[in-house]
Amino acid sequence: MKLRGPLLLIAPSLIFLTALFAWPLVAGLSQANGADIRRMLDDAYFWPAARNTALLIVVLIPLQFALAIAMALLLRARPRFAGVYFYIWVIPLAISDLAAGLVWLAVFTDRGYLNSALSQLHIEGYAWLSYQHPVTMFLAVVVAELWRSTSLVFVIVVAGMQSIPRDYDEAAAVFGANYWQRLRKVILPQLRPSLQVALILRTILALETFAVAQALTGRNMPLLVGETYQWYAVLQNPNVATAIALVILAVSLLAAFGYLRALRS
Amino acid sequence: MRRHRFGLQLACVAITLFFGVPLYLIALAAFSSRESLDRFPLPLLPTDLSAETITTFLGSTGVVGGYLNSLMVGLSTVVLALVIGVPAGYALARHAFRGRDPYQLFLLLTRALPIVVLSVPLARIFLQTGLYDTTYAVTLLHTALALPTTVLITSAVFVGVPREHEEAAQVFGASPARAFARVVLPQALPGIAAVAMFTFVLSWNEVLGATILTLNQRTLPAHVLTTLSDSPLAYRFAGGLALILPAIVFVAVMRRYLLNMWGTTLR
Amino acid sequence: MKITISDLVKTYPGQARRATDDVSLEIADGEFLVLVGPSGCGKTTLLRMVAGLETPDSGTIHIGDRDVTGVAARHRGISMVFQSYAIFPHMKVRDNIGFGLAMRKVDPAEIRRRVDQAAELLQLTEVLDRHPAQLSGGQRQRVAVARAVVVDSGVLLMDEPLSNLDALLRLQFRAELKKIVREIGTTTLYVTHDQAEAMSLGDRVAVMRDGRIAQLGPPLEVYDAPSDQFVGGFLGSPPMNFVPGPALGHASDVLIGVRAEKVAVGTERADDARPATVEVVEPTGASMLLTVLIDGHRLKVSAPPTFTATPEQQIWLRFDPTSLRFYDPETGLALLR
Repeated sequence: MKLRGPLLLIAPSLIFLTALFAWPLVAGLSQANGADIRRMLDDAYFWPAARNTALLIVVLIPLQFALAIAMALLLRARPRFAGVYFYIWVIPLAISDLAAGLVWLAVFTDRGYLNSALSQLHIEGYAWLSYQHPVTMFLAVVVAELWRSTSLVFVIVVAGMQSIPRDYDEAAAVFGANYWQRLRKVILPQLRPSLQVALILRTILALETFAVAQALTGRNMPLLVGETYQWYAVLQNPNVATAIALVILAVSLLAAFGYLRALRS
Repeated sequence: MRRHRFGLQLACVAITLFFGVPLYLIALAAFSSRESLDRFPLPLLPTDLSAETITTFLGSTGVVGGYLNSLMVGLSTVVLALVIGVPAGYALARHAFRGRDPYQLFLLLTRALPIVVLSVPLARIFLQTGLYDTTYAVTLLHTALALPTTVLITSAVFVGVPREHEEAAQVFGASPARAFARVVLPQALPGIAAVAMFTFVLSWNEVLGATILTLNQRTLPAHVLTTLSDSPLAYRFAGGLALILPAIVFVAVMRRYLLNMWGTTLR
Repeated sequence: MKITISDLVKTYPGQARRATDDVSLEIADGEFLVLVGPSGCGKTTLLRMVAGLETPDSGTIHIGDRDVTGVAARHRGISMVFQSYAIFPHMKVRDNIGFGLAMRKVDPAEIRRRVDQAAELLQLTEVLDRHPAQLSGGQRQRVAVARAVVVDSGVLLMDEPLSNLDALLRLQFRAELKKIVREIGTTTLYVTHDQAEAMSLGDRVAVMRDGRIAQLGPPLEVYDAPSDQFVGGFLGSPPMNFVPGPALGHASDVLIGVRAEKVAVGTERADDARPATVEVVEPTGASMLLTVLIDGHRLKVSAPPTFTATPEQQIWLRFDPTSLRFYDPETGLALLR
């Protein structure tokens, strides 16, 4: 009873996940051969996609962590209407990256709302999403992702802050620490476990970003997952698609373990 | 102090605008007429609202079907994930058993797997088994994606029901099954409802796997994605709003549980 | 119903120490027995094994003449009050109290009658149709007791039922609980870490330490003649004083235990009295509690409330030989005299 009971309860989930995760994973690993990998590496889109994905992570994640922590600190100061703010700030939690891309398409497209607003201020519009302007194209994707995916970090940070007793902060204040000292010496160190989880989660999710870029730029700004989609759905070559997918898997696992190690020490 | 408060409000309002204005704009775009969307500059205020764009979107091929498929897949995913996940969550919450830690690690690991890694080989397996291009295929994938989270969150929900309640029920004559049904489940129900919503939204939003596993039985996001490049802007805006609406309802209903679900259980 | 506990051994997985170490205990039919001891002494484990919520590694438990060692909790015919009350928040008070009866498939009209009766006994009639969230802590406690007494079982188990109440309420309810249990006459096993509660409630108390019963007996007997230094130091407030024999003019191979109220205090020198220096004076209202130094050893003695003393003052203590208890300084065990 002591052992059989719980095992019986977890068995269905174990079997299900093994069938749908382990099996395809092994099947996938055995399918990608040298020729496919060479074809993937030789493809004109692969390296730009890898570079864009890396760049997106490097730019997006520090920005969104800074924003999320700032948002959490603002709410912690208990402003009026905090409930309303919280509600609006977490709406993007449930918005898909495809939908976020479409939302920001309405803003950034040539005849979109941003250029309309600029023209009412008598400023000439700009082709934000044109392939001739890779920087603004990239930034548009960053802004859309910042808008969509910061809520997740925000919620994790807020929950983490709630579990820190206010006593510590108050004690530090009583002993004369100013706001920045308290933030650096008291609040942030205690947020570390929450930040660690958020960081791993967000890096893995950021690696999977693609529909935002797809909606905003088509294939003008290729990302790794977008390329698997291209190879699979458009070019009808599942083997190369698998090869790219495995690259993403390897980087995901590497990132997860790397963070765990870096943050533990 | 007063200036301090003012700065606080200012920052809050600025962030709220960043998150709120795009939502307003997509709603505005989706409820503008096709003709006014062609104008430039676009009106920034809701001066001439029209249902034309959104009705055209809803009337175009594949959209209603996509809606129904998304609904079917979402609800089936919820049911399947709960049926498989709730017992496992309960076991994690209540029992210390050998293999508990490896099992939890396994769950975390599966959550770290990118969807693409699964989808492409799965598509091949489903082709062989005849499941390809059915809502069942998408349901299976989404359940697999949601299950680790379902198990971990339900386990947190069950941890929230004091063990003493279950013991009290048993001392007063209830069998373990009866104690679960009469005492534990009613208390866990709000949390489980939250998990169900979470699972539904996950399924509703998932686009890549659904695209790869289907050809005709597209879910709504998959349909929007695959028709993206050859559809007019108006169609895309309406599609964007159609995809977002459930999200807004979800967050409104779930506000109370959000912190617990995404925040605490993730740590 | 009589409870017979024989040689119970329990070790929790992953722990080196035994939670209960070969405990045997017999509780007579209708007796109120209190298990008392510091946290981690095994008292709750013992109670939970009687309840069927833990399985012993070895040993047996009989309720009446029936061996219930391997029997599930629900088939043991017991009822219990939990430390956290374990009142079900999704059920009304009425359904909470009637839960045990409903599980035993008692006729609804009969359930209603008995719930009303129990509610009256515990002054819950007004709140029967409320949910627990609308009750005060004290009322929740009453619901837990009502739920336990209404099933009319042969054995009543209570796990620190008063520990979540504030001090005043605890004192009030303690007396009420004693009255109720005497009226229903059920065999009761009661766990607490509060020595005052143990003294006031039990027909007998079992003082536990490190998984064993250190002493078992009627409260006054245990109080008056602790079987070892630990029991004397645990039971009573203030705890028993222990001083080496020579300090009171006895042999050097004994440790003397004496209760604070058994020492007579005076300001006048007397032949049979010993000098002591006052260190701290604490008026408690009912008495004057003095901390004094005698021959370099600290002692708590209680003087009449009218007694006046100031720190550093010299006073005279008289020890009645019949009130002194003698212990082995090495083992702490009582010496027979």
